[in-house]
Order: sequence, then C-alpha cells, then structure tokens
Amino acid sequence: MELKTKIHAEDGKQELTITREFELPVELLFKAYEDADIVAQWMSTTVVKLENKKYGSWQFDTSDDKGNIVFSASGVYHEFVPNKKITRTFEMGNAPFDVQLEFLEFEALDEDRSKLTMQIVYRSGALRDQMLKLPFKQGLNMAHNRLEALVKKLNS
Amino acid sequence: MIIRRDVFQAIADPTRRAILMLLASQAMTAGSIAANFNTARPTVSKHLAILTECELLDQQQNGREIYYHLNPNKMKEIADFIEPFRKLWDDRFNKLEDIMKAYKQKK
Repeated sequence: MELKTKIHAEDGKQELTITREFELPVELLFKAYEDADIVAQWMSTTVVKLENKKYGSWQFDTSDDKGNIVFSASGVYHEFVPNKKITRTFEMGNAPFDVQLEFLEFEALDEDRSKLTMQIVYRSGALRDQMLKLPFKQGLNMAHNRLEALVKKLNS
Repeated sequence: MIIRRDVFQAIADPTRRAILMLLASQAMTAGSIAANFNTARPTVSKHLAILTECELLDQQQNGREIYYHLNPNKMKEIADFIEPFRKLWDDRFNKLEDIMKAYKQKK
C-alpha cells in the first residue's frame, strides 16, 4: 500500500514538504483548518485564537490531564484564501526554535478527493533537521520513560 | 570506555554523506575513496573512522587491502528517523479525515 502522507526533505535544504491526499472534497478539507471546533478535535488542542484573515493571528494551547500547558504554538496569517491557500507563520511557545514559515495549498483532485501540500521553511538546514528528528527523539524518550516507570513499579 | 558517536552527528557532515553515497554501489579501499575527494588523505581516514565507529561502515580484509562497505541495517535506522515525524502527521491527517467524513454525513 502506498503511504498516504509523504515527507519530502532534500539533503542540505532548509525546507520540507508534506503531502497528503484526502478522501474529502476540498471544501471539507479546508473547513478542517477554518473551523476552530474542528481544528481542536483533530489537532487535540485548545484553540485560543483563530482569526481567519490576512494579518489575523492564531494560537493553540495543549494541556495535560492536570491542566498544565505542555505545548503551545502561535503565528500570523499572511494569506487566507478559502479552499485554496493558507500562508502562515508558526512558532512554538517556550522552545528555543526560531519561527517557521508555512505554505498550505489545497487542491481538488475530483469532486470527492483533495490534496494538501504543506511546505515548511525553516531558518536553517540544521533547524529543519532538528525539527524532523523531534518526534524520533520524543519516541525514544517516551520508550525510556515507560521503561523507567516499569522499573519503578517493579522496585516498589 | 568508547564514547559512541550519534549516527545523526555522523551523517551531518557533507563529506561523510558523500562517502556513504560512494559506497552505496560498491565496497572500496580507503585509497580509492580518498581519490574521490580534494581533501587530504588523513581527513578522509578520520571520516572513515567516525563512520566505522558508528557502525555505518564495516571493514573487510581482502588480501592486503581493507575494503569498506555499508552496513545496511544501520543505514536503515537512519532512513527511518523521519518515519516518526511522518507518522505524527499521518495520524493527525487520518483523524482529520475521519472527523470530516462524519461531519459530511451529519449534514
């Protein structure tokens, strides 16, 4: 089976591209980016702000069970063209990473299918590689934490 | 104790990446690898040592010559480091698709 979501990250470049085909009409795909309630559902986050217009800003906060904010991200829209294009900045809160620029292009493949192309430009190639590896490292940390929790349990 | 270098650190260097590319098609001696670069021979040797230390390369004695070749298992590990990033987005997009399919039916 061919992978639905693809990552294209050329060696030495400071950008990457994520592409995905959806079994959804382009209007519905775009709505998932436009409607704050829907964004909150699929991003598993709280949408603090979502001003869908040029120079409008957006902000997401993600909390753990105890209500502590574990992840936050925010940015500004530079283009917001329904069913076609979103250009925005993205910056993680409380993280040492420079802001990134994101171009999201929405394309109808036919009446029921659509395609999203997300190009992300980072400040440097090194930063891009760091961001690419983040989930890999988190995965390792999580495995490590699970192991630690298990060992603690066994010892107690 | 030997301090193991991180494989990602190993492939961060363009010369080391070029060496891996060279060896992708065939095993080579240090001399023939060095012949492909403008850098001094000891520099190339140092890169080979780092790549070997990270187990990206294996050495094989063939008569009087030592041949370097790729360790495919370790290479696969690097190829897969993007996979968790891809998976993260794939999971998100799968969720988006499910939510919107349900949304469509509700309407």
